[in-house]
Amino acid sequence: MAVGVKVVNRPGSLSQQMFLPAIAEGLGVTFRHFMKNFFGNVTGNRAKTDIATIEYPEQKKAYPERFRGLHRLMLRDDGQVRCVACMMCPTVCPAHCITIVAEEAPDGSIEKRPAIFEIDELRCVVCGLCAEACPCDAIRMDTSEHAHPTYRRVDAILDKQELMSRGTASSAVQGGVGGFWREKVASAPQTPPSGDVAPLGPPPGATPMADLNRK
Amino acid sequence: MEYGSVAFEAVTATIKILFLVLGFLMPLASLLTWAERRQSAMMQDRLGPNRANIGPIKAWGITHFLADALKFIFKEDYVPGKAHKFFFMWAPIMAMAPALIVAAIIPFGPALCWGQLTEKIADGVCAQPVPLQIARLDIGLLFYFAISSLAVYGATLAGWASHNKWAMMGGLRASSQMMSYEVTMGMAVLGAFLVYGSLELGEIVSKQAQVLSIDSFTSSWGIFLQPLGFVLFLTAAIAETKRTPFDIPEGEPEIIGYFVEYSGMRFGMFFLGEFLEIITSSAIMISLFFGGWHWGASVDGFLAAHLPNWLFVLAMFGLWTVKIVVFCMFQLLIRWSLPRFRSDQLMRLGWQRLLPISIANVVVTALIILMAQSWK
Repeated sequence: MAVGVKVVNRPGSLSQQMFLPAIAEGLGVTFRHFMKNFFGNVTGNRAKTDIATIEYPEQKKAYPERFRGLHRLMLRDDGQVRCVACMMCPTVCPAHCITIVAEEAPDGSIEKRPAIFEIDELRCVVCGLCAEACPCDAIRMDTSEHAHPTYRRVDAILDKQELMSRGTASSAVQGGVGGFWREKVASAPQTPPSGDVAPLGPPPGATPMADLNRK
Repeated sequence: MEYGSVAFEAVTATIKILFLVLGFLMPLASLLTWAERRQSAMMQDRLGPNRANIGPIKAWGITHFLADALKFIFKEDYVPGKAHKFFFMWAPIMAMAPALIVAAIIPFGPALCWGQLTEKIADGVCAQPVPLQIARLDIGLLFYFAISSLAVYGATLAGWASHNKWAMMGGLRASSQMMSYEVTMGMAVLGAFLVYGSLELGEIVSKQAQVLSIDSFTSSWGIFLQPLGFVLFLTAAIAETKRTPFDIPEGEPEIIGYFVEYSGMRFGMFFLGEFLEIITSSAIMISLFFGGWHWGASVDGFLAAHLPNWLFVLAMFGLWTVKIVVFCMFQLLIRWSLPRFRSDQLMRLGWQRLLPISIANVVVTALIILMAQSWK
């Protein structure tokens, strides 16, 4: 024989060769699962079923705390953007998706602020280097939101207003209008400011990034 | 219109055909396409398709079959350039039509008493019965075998006309498989013929008035008289419908199957034909082995004595539908529980195991009947 044929002589009792007992057993398993899930689902008692499905748009699974989501620009205490247009993030960005055009800030102690801050979410590779590079906790990726689907490419480019709309006040200390930063540390609230808009942010009780920054 | 006249027969037959095809077979087959996915999901700890809705009416996603039909209709009807256009067009019809035609011999309820529709007929004696069976053929089940074996042409033609190697393989597999298992299928019911002494399904059903009777054993359901025959017939029937564990003509991971080139409603017809075959084979099995529309003498007698005739017939039809649905769900359960046979295993099972057993079943049944007759 040109092609080697290995005959596997599978021994088996009559009941094994008949298939029927094994089939009955298998049908029993699937039938048990079906009945349990079916009646649990019909009576609305999902907890008693084995169903593992998460019905996505209505039900969402909480992402891990360090999940990198959509960007946001954090705010100062007075609602101004925290970014000082230092150009660290567009420099480090491997996808070149961040565009910053700087302008002079009216507050002399800040000097610079972004006139234009755009992130092209279609180009973004979600590496998180921008948030890591940022020296003043201005850009974060902790929204736990995916890049939103859009009908036009241009809608996937987020501008400054859009990025700031997800932003909250950061408790990290920064210069600008206000008291001297050493006093600010002493008087800073021990809990992060409330009103964090991220719907699926880190679970309560987790250490916010702001606290980590202060150590 | 006089009872028994040609016009009467023609009109009642037309009404029965329309009712059975449009009111029962097609809706049930369409629903099975949804039920299969939902049931398999439940068996595998998933939810399945539950989203289709008409406005606020969701009903567990039951309208998915409408959405599917709509999708099929609006999909491009693609015909491969080198396909044989004529046979390519006709193959889906050839696959679906036999399943509808064999429904003609299925008894789906007790006879309507013409002229006594609103009376309670307790003794079951009816002066002008209108049997709920489209055709009372004396050849009965032979008609079923003759027509259902035509379904193989649909699969084979589809495979050949597509001008596609994989479709060709599927068509070849389908023809070899269906021809092999038809032999077993025919042999499996021979025992039932011997026991009931008839080929006509209405006659066979009327002889199963009791569920299980010790006094008149031969009026019990066929499952107690021919248990082996039932197992053999069930196996062969699943092989005939080309569903797992006998779905090598389709074999999605290897060759996709004889309908690989079909799209849109033409594929939908293969799909629907498969489910129609499930329903009709369930109906044949119920007629042969599970008493047709009978639910035992006590249930039948109670309903007949307490309900007017038309309501009694309707109730029995409903109860028959329950049996059909249970059987269809059982076939779906098998389809989603068992792995696929290999081609050579399938042939060995058919020719070397099932066929000898079915012949032995016939011989033993005949011997027992002979002994019982000579004993008297």
